Amino acid sequence: MNAEALLYCDTHEWVFVTDEDGQQIATVGISAFAVEQLTDLVYMELPTVGAAVTGGEEFGEVESVKAVSALYSPVSGTVIEVNEGLPDNLDILNSDPYSAGWIMKVKVDGALPANLLDYDAYQRQCGESG
Amino acid sequence: MRNTHATQLIFELSTQGRTGVRLPDCDVPEQSIQQLLPDNLLQADSPTLPEVTEPEVIRHFTNLSTLNMSVDTHYYPLGSCTMKYNPKRNERIAAWDGFAQLHPYQSEASIQGMLQLLFELQQMLGEISGLPAVSLQPAAGAHGELAALMVAAAYFKGRGETRTKVLAPDSAHGTNPASARMAGFDFVTIKSKDDGRVDLDHLREHLGSDTAVFMITNPSTLGLFDDQVQEISDMVHDQGGLIYLDGANMNAILGIARPGDFGADMMHFNPHKTFSGPHGGGGPGAGPICVTDSLGPYLPSPTVSFCEQSQSYFLDAGDGQSIGRVRSFFGNVGVLVRAYCYIRTHGPDGLRRVSETAVLNANYLLSQVKDFLHVPHGDRCMHEFVASAAPVKEATGLKQPAMDIAKRLLDYGFHPPTVYFPLTVPEGMMMEPTETESKQTLDAFADVLKTIVNESAETLEHAPHSTAIRRPDEVTAARQPIVKWTEATD
Amino acid sequence: MPFTYNTPAQQAEMLQAIGAGSIDELFQSIPAEMQLGRPLNIPPALGELELTSHMQELARQNTDITQSACFLGAGSYDHFVPAVIDTLASRGEFYTSYTPYQPEVSQGNLQVMFEYQTLICQLTGMDVSNASLYDGGSATVEAMLMACSITRRHTKVIVLESVHPEYRQIIETYFKTIGTQVVTISDPSQLPEELDEATAAVLVQSPNFFGNVEDLSTLAEQVHDAGALLVCSVDPISLGILKRPGDAGVDIVVAEGQSLGTPLLYGGPYLGIMACREKFVRRLPGRIAGQTVDQHGNRCWVLTLQTREQHIRREKATSNICTNQGLFALRAAIYLSVMGPSGMRDVANLCLQKAHYAQQQLTSLDRFEAVTDQPFFKEFVVRDKHGDVSGLLEKAEDFNILAGVPLGKWYPQYEDCLLIAVTEKRTRDEIDQLVEVLGS
Repeated sequence: MNAEALLYCDTHEWVFVTDEDGQQIATVGISAFAVEQLTDLVYMELPTVGAAVTGGEEFGEVESVKAVSALYSPVSGTVIEVNEGLPDNLDILNSDPYSAGWIMKVKVDGALPANLLDYDAYQRQCGESG
Repeated sequence: MRNTHATQLIFELSTQGRTGVRLPDCDVPEQSIQQLLPDNLLQADSPTLPEVTEPEVIRHFTNLSTLNMSVDTHYYPLGSCTMKYNPKRNERIAAWDGFAQLHPYQSEASIQGMLQLLFELQQMLGEISGLPAVSLQPAAGAHGELAALMVAAAYFKGRGETRTKVLAPDSAHGTNPASARMAGFDFVTIKSKDDGRVDLDHLREHLGSDTAVFMITNPSTLGLFDDQVQEISDMVHDQGGLIYLDGANMNAILGIARPGDFGADMMHFNPHKTFSGPHGGGGPGAGPICVTDSLGPYLPSPTVSFCEQSQSYFLDAGDGQSIGRVRSFFGNVGVLVRAYCYIRTHGPDGLRRVSETAVLNANYLLSQVKDFLHVPHGDRCMHEFVASAAPVKEATGLKQPAMDIAKRLLDYGFHPPTVYFPLTVPEGMMMEPTETESKQTLDAFADVLKTIVNESAETLEHAPHSTAIRRPDEVTAARQPIVKWTEATD
Repeated sequence: MPFTYNTPAQQAEMLQAIGAGSIDELFQSIPAEMQLGRPLNIPPALGELELTSHMQELARQNTDITQSACFLGAGSYDHFVPAVIDTLASRGEFYTSYTPYQPEVSQGNLQVMFEYQTLICQLTGMDVSNASLYDGGSATVEAMLMACSITRRHTKVIVLESVHPEYRQIIETYFKTIGTQVVTISDPSQLPEELDEATAAVLVQSPNFFGNVEDLSTLAEQVHDAGALLVCSVDPISLGILKRPGDAGVDIVVAEGQSLGTPLLYGGPYLGIMACREKFVRRLPGRIAGQTVDQHGNRCWVLTLQTREQHIRREKATSNICTNQGLFALRAAIYLSVMGPSGMRDVANLCLQKAHYAQQQLTSLDRFEAVTDQPFFKEFVVRDKHGDVSGLLEKAEDFNILAGVPLGKWYPQYEDCLLIAVTEKRTRDEIDQLVEVLGS
């Protein structure tokens, strides 16, 4: 997936929304910037399929050796699929964060939150905080 | 010179058929195990423990011990841990049968000496803290925090008040928020100002009728006495809340200032730090808590009391308001015996001199390093200070200069300071020399630090150069944890 | 003045370097009104010699168990401690070091932690162990909290009444603060009616407080059927012969590790043992050592899975625990190493044999009877048909026998009962004398 085509949270998750038979499906991951900031990732806790997630609220965690970061869902809805193989192969997040490194797919309830950033706005934010 | 044979894993030294003990023959008529216990409760095979002889065990563990740095062998200025010398007389006394061979359920009449010791320790801690009601039961500082927060919860419940929040500054030990959550409170982090003191505006914002406790470490983890503490205490008390003092840094103020006099309602001591209990490679500690008289009835029970009528000491379960037990039996008594000995050998003047010397040593070390390391919180400190290796980062381009300096110190035979804590100082190095170090040692340490910051990035980045192992791979250890030996991993 | 190293001349030099006129000036940041301004009201300093006499005087007012035949148990046991343990554990490199924050200069402690973890797994049959908690009681409550967090059930736990009463009191203290209901049942047969979908865990002790061995396998099945976890507190010495909890389906094992090489110490410091199934490792509280390699490929050890802990996760940590009981984990590791499989089997068998001999002799007297026919290990309950437990204890003390722990304080139904522990250290003569004194 092309990083420029994605939307971002200010908490460094990305989301890509597709329309499947009138239903919005959101694919969610974390940005290359976040992966770099967290340094060597060692563990990730995925949500369970069928769980409800809420926009702006925690849905999982990712850990490096000496830090833990919460993962915040960009959208509200129901988890329909998770990237089962990811926790055992976290290097994918370094090599391909925007495609193979996806974390979960969510059946979106209602409209997308208005505060998602486009690529340029997100890059500007990273520039400020990095 | 290193014996790498003996320091293989004990399991690798095992040979079937060996043992390190010989137990007596059974002197009662022996019955078959199956006759005494049904088969379904018995194990099918013996445990797969190692089979080694006594000399092998001695050589193995003796050689392992030599792979550690310790206070007895090295200067150990690990900030916040108060790695002072552990007097040997205390070790000898604590091991006497008269203290070490007492069963927790012996009759009170048969342990009057022990109860007297514990009673007097309660009184002395009450005097040192200015908080007269004392429980010796908690097993460690963090355990004391938790117990005290439970005391606070019971106190508010007793008053019919619902208070849900515990507040603490961002420089607090991680145990503060963790204890608050375990005691059922929501935790709120209060910011510190650039000078390291609590941001009163931020505190005011979060302070309210739902505030149960404000936890403050004073002197703080930055080694600073927050002179706003009385004002903070007044603010919190005005809202009906309580002040908890994390006593981690009491080594700075023994006999000089008392938490009970500067606004605290509750506190814990870390006798393994302040009163020289040995650190034991990670424990045991103890975490006695001292509180105001009005909180006293809620303390964990039992405490020790004296009965005037019978002129004897007894275990006092309290009047029914106690939060109950937080630990089995009386507490970490062995650590308390050492603390008692320590306090008795120092007396009022000696304890004050402990803190004076600890503060003098820390300020002297600060004066010797401030010219080549950044010390963001000024030229003066209490018993410890936090230097920053951030300038080294700029000069050398090293990513983690505090870690690199720490590793390089090992080559020079010094244990490094605490690094990367508190989180509020970038590239922080927290140095606590303690009172039991001489000027010569501090000079030698400062000289080495100066040498190190002028060494090449290459030298630092690859340090240590002299230790048997160097920079273990912690990422792999956390990704695929191997937390026990199995034949297959070898 | 003990242990302050700098002479007045050196102090003056130091003050000059600091730029301070006096030591008092260094305390200027403490406002004068907050300073004590008087000496502490504690007794004056004692020299080493005076301290020694004073402490001898206190020690003399204690009757330690070496002067008696000790049949006291109830969670703290007079087992034999081989001399190697004191010799090794009193090495300064072990007992004056601290948490291994710098693995390069802590390999001794880290390897001991790793060996301890392995030994505990071997003994209990569990997959993973931490590097120790405070004591058996607080380890038990940590296990129950851990079970709540794993099952995400925070409203109810079930505890057998035969669990150590002080451990149950600790659970009560912790859980009433956070509002989790603790249901106490007197018998496993009541489990079906109490066990429901809200239950996080069931806590059983085996051998239980009365010394009786529980059928863990059957319990585990029942508990798992309800989606709850089985937490079991064990006596590590019993695992020389009893079925390992890991083989019986227990999810989290805890134990008081004092029996493994630590004297009685009037109750502490002791050793909190905790081990669990592999899948729960990231919920385990306390420190854990892990194997890895260094830059040059040498095998070595580090603290691992640290993100569980309070210094990183703060209010979301698995527990607030910071220190462990390193020195006592070391003692346990040495104990299990010198004992080995045959030593552990022998010590367990000696306890079993002697306890049964004592129980059979006592209950053969008219005055005493057993309260249950459940199998027991090294500890048992006898009822005094004359109902004079305190009289019996006093009489025994006159013969230098600590005869047992009276149960009435915790169990009104056993007010006329004694809990008697028999370790491998008790001789046939001592047992015969106990029987004679109690029976006369």
